[in-house]
Amino acid sequence: MSTAAADVHEAHDHHGPEKGIKRWLFTTNHKDIGTLYLVFSLIMFFVGGAMALVIRSELMQPGLQFVHPEFFNQMTTMHALIMVFGAVMPAFVGLANWMIPMMIGAPDMALPRMNNWSFWILPVAFGLLGSTLFMDGGAPASGWTMYPPLVLQTGDAFPFLIFSIHLMGLSSIMGAINIIVTILNMRAPDMWLLKMPMFVWTWLITAYLLIAVMPVFAGAVTMLLTDQFFGTSFFLAAGGGDPVMFQHIFWFFGHPEVYIMILPAFGVVSEIIPTFSRKPLFGHDSMVYAASCIAFLSFIVWAHHMFTVGMPLSGQLFFMFATMIIAVPTGVKVFNWVATMWRGSMTFETPMLFSLGFVFLFTIGGFSGLMLAIAPADIQYHDSYFVVAHFHYVLVPGSIFALMAGAYYWLPKWTGYMYNEGAGKLHFWLSTIFVNLTFFPMHFLGLAGMPRRIPDYSTQFADFNWMASVGAIGFGLSQLVFVYVLLTAKQGEKATDRVWEAPRGLEWTVPSPAPYHTFDTPPVKRVHEEAFE
Amino acid sequence: MNNLMIRKSLLSLLGLVWASAASADRALNMPRGITELSAETYGLHMMVFWWCVAIGIVVFGVMIISLIKHRKSVGHEAATFSHSTTAEVVWTIIPCIILLIMAVPAAETMIRLEDSRNPDVSIVVTGYQWKWHYRYQDEDVEFYSSLAMPSVKARFKGSGVDPFSVENFLLEVDQPLVVPKGKKVRLLLTSNDVIHAWWVPELAIKKDAIPGIINEAWFTALETGTFRGQCAELCGKDHGYMPIVVEVVEEDAFQAWVSSRKDGGTRLAQVEN
Repeated sequence: MSTAAADVHEAHDHHGPEKGIKRWLFTTNHKDIGTLYLVFSLIMFFVGGAMALVIRSELMQPGLQFVHPEFFNQMTTMHALIMVFGAVMPAFVGLANWMIPMMIGAPDMALPRMNNWSFWILPVAFGLLGSTLFMDGGAPASGWTMYPPLVLQTGDAFPFLIFSIHLMGLSSIMGAINIIVTILNMRAPDMWLLKMPMFVWTWLITAYLLIAVMPVFAGAVTMLLTDQFFGTSFFLAAGGGDPVMFQHIFWFFGHPEVYIMILPAFGVVSEIIPTFSRKPLFGHDSMVYAASCIAFLSFIVWAHHMFTVGMPLSGQLFFMFATMIIAVPTGVKVFNWVATMWRGSMTFETPMLFSLGFVFLFTIGGFSGLMLAIAPADIQYHDSYFVVAHFHYVLVPGSIFALMAGAYYWLPKWTGYMYNEGAGKLHFWLSTIFVNLTFFPMHFLGLAGMPRRIPDYSTQFADFNWMASVGAIGFGLSQLVFVYVLLTAKQGEKATDRVWEAPRGLEWTVPSPAPYHTFDTPPVKRVHEEAFE
Repeated sequence: MNNLMIRKSLLSLLGLVWASAASADRALNMPRGITELSAETYGLHMMVFWWCVAIGIVVFGVMIISLIKHRKSVGHEAATFSHSTTAEVVWTIIPCIILLIMAVPAAETMIRLEDSRNPDVSIVVTGYQWKWHYRYQDEDVEFYSSLAMPSVKARFKGSGVDPFSVENFLLEVDQPLVVPKGKKVRLLLTSNDVIHAWWVPELAIKKDAIPGIINEAWFTALETGTFRGQCAELCGKDHGYMPIVVEVVEEDAFQAWVSSRKDGGTRLAQVEN
């Protein structure tokens, strides 16, 4: 193994990375860019998390203790924008950059220079967005949904908000194009589509979703821009426009967007559960069909975010039925994961723990999602803390847990060393306890009548808010364990090429750490068939 | 305050929060409400909830059995099966049937919710940043409804007022909406500035108030009493400070209230605001 690694290194010394900052600024290497994306998203995760802690600290007790309502609204808005566009999405793109070429036996991404650009746009976008905190009128405070007319009351931050979203969209679209082109053109010989690993499949579908909806989103915010500065009235009732139209356009983007954040997570856990169950993924093909089905349905359910805007009855019924149907393919995914575990030979290393946590807690988020689909009941749940509980269950122990699982799973392949397993398990258990303490009480708050996005609340909501705030602080501190794991990532024992006992896939046929260039020549058929045995 | 926090932490540590919250009959679940439709909505909510519990028991049950029995540390050898078309068909069809069972009553309730024909009382509700305005159609009564003074005094940072000492903190208004019991009340909702949403959980009504659009909602309250709610759509900095209070009174008390408001009521309301 080690000789193989040495051979590869020697053979490619002349392609080695540049030294210093130039390596990162000008890199076109998918592994470097993957690392950049992952580090960037981790930083954003902590920035967005700090904002969440401002929110939870203020909500710990009734009465205003720390911030004013206008700053509170800035925090909820920025927390969401940063977590969605700065943390979760780039983290999955980072995993895609690192792993997709290695999983399909390609030497790099298809469009390496564009790859560099799509990453380096992001720090600029979030620099613009972050700078609004220091402007007259403060940061955007209209919620990440940016509904007009409220969003048009934003101060100097307004154009910066719009342009930063344009940039994020640009970055996402370029990343998505790159992923599609790579997957469709650069697979190893004989790796036909249905033989691709699930992570590659879910990313292929996600990339199509991105290309379909990011331009729509860009269009919507551009119309906001022209309404504000160029006298148009797309969304202004006084000029003959329709404020609700923005919501339709926004959620036509927004609903596929939530699947953009969860489909790659499905892919990650679909890689990990078979490895630690020592059994092939159950129903690989039906998993592919289920993911495609979810992607298709995501385009025809958007108005379930809008059951209270006053749609015609037929519209409400259509969107209710369409939304309920999503439970079927999502259920198929969960059943297939459970069937993968069934009669396996399971061990519980950190990636598996996070994946199991994902299956349990994402399913709870799925249940509340099904409840939200029931339109008459949604009228009660809508814009209450029940919704906050729901989407945090699918995003935190959903997307974020899957990201953590993926990070632990592939970390030895990236660094060449085993991470600190004890710290990893501690990270998992602390995260799981605190994430539930934070978000489970929010179900009760919402049902009892607490609206979301309020800086202060009536005293009857005090107990559960206090619990949620304690949980949030605990969850935030638990993530420092992950930082510790990363800082000590190279102090463990050396990882083998296969790292785990029974992993499947081409990425485990290259040395650990993966050399700067892998698969300069495509793997022969035998290699990748063995890799999947 | 410190004492309170210690008490609370003890409660939550011991798991007593559950018991106390349940016995206080609040905070844990959606209210059953005071209209036929709110009770139906509650019924739908509970039906879907119990289906989720049942599905959860099956799925998590199988998973937990697997986690206990099929682990390497107890010497379980991995099987090699990797697909079963029968299983896939079964666990596609069964959820479809369950969804159908849920969808039918949900659609029926939805249809009733949207039937706002033949109201007895119509009220135009207008959202403002950050208060509500009510105008009784066919009666010469209109007024603003804003956060009540005791809450206003306590709401600011550093106010020095303990929120626990204010009755109905943030959920009290200067002038509540008064409606008759047993009559069909139709709300016509709109807004003067940004989008608001009028939400009273006990009435199972949440409807957006949107500038340039008039939305309809209706209810027939079957009980008298005072029912509280809040604006549910983010509408700017004081979004958390525009509560809704609805007083349901007997028919004759309502008529007396209307006539008392007709002479000077309007003027009074304008002076107060």
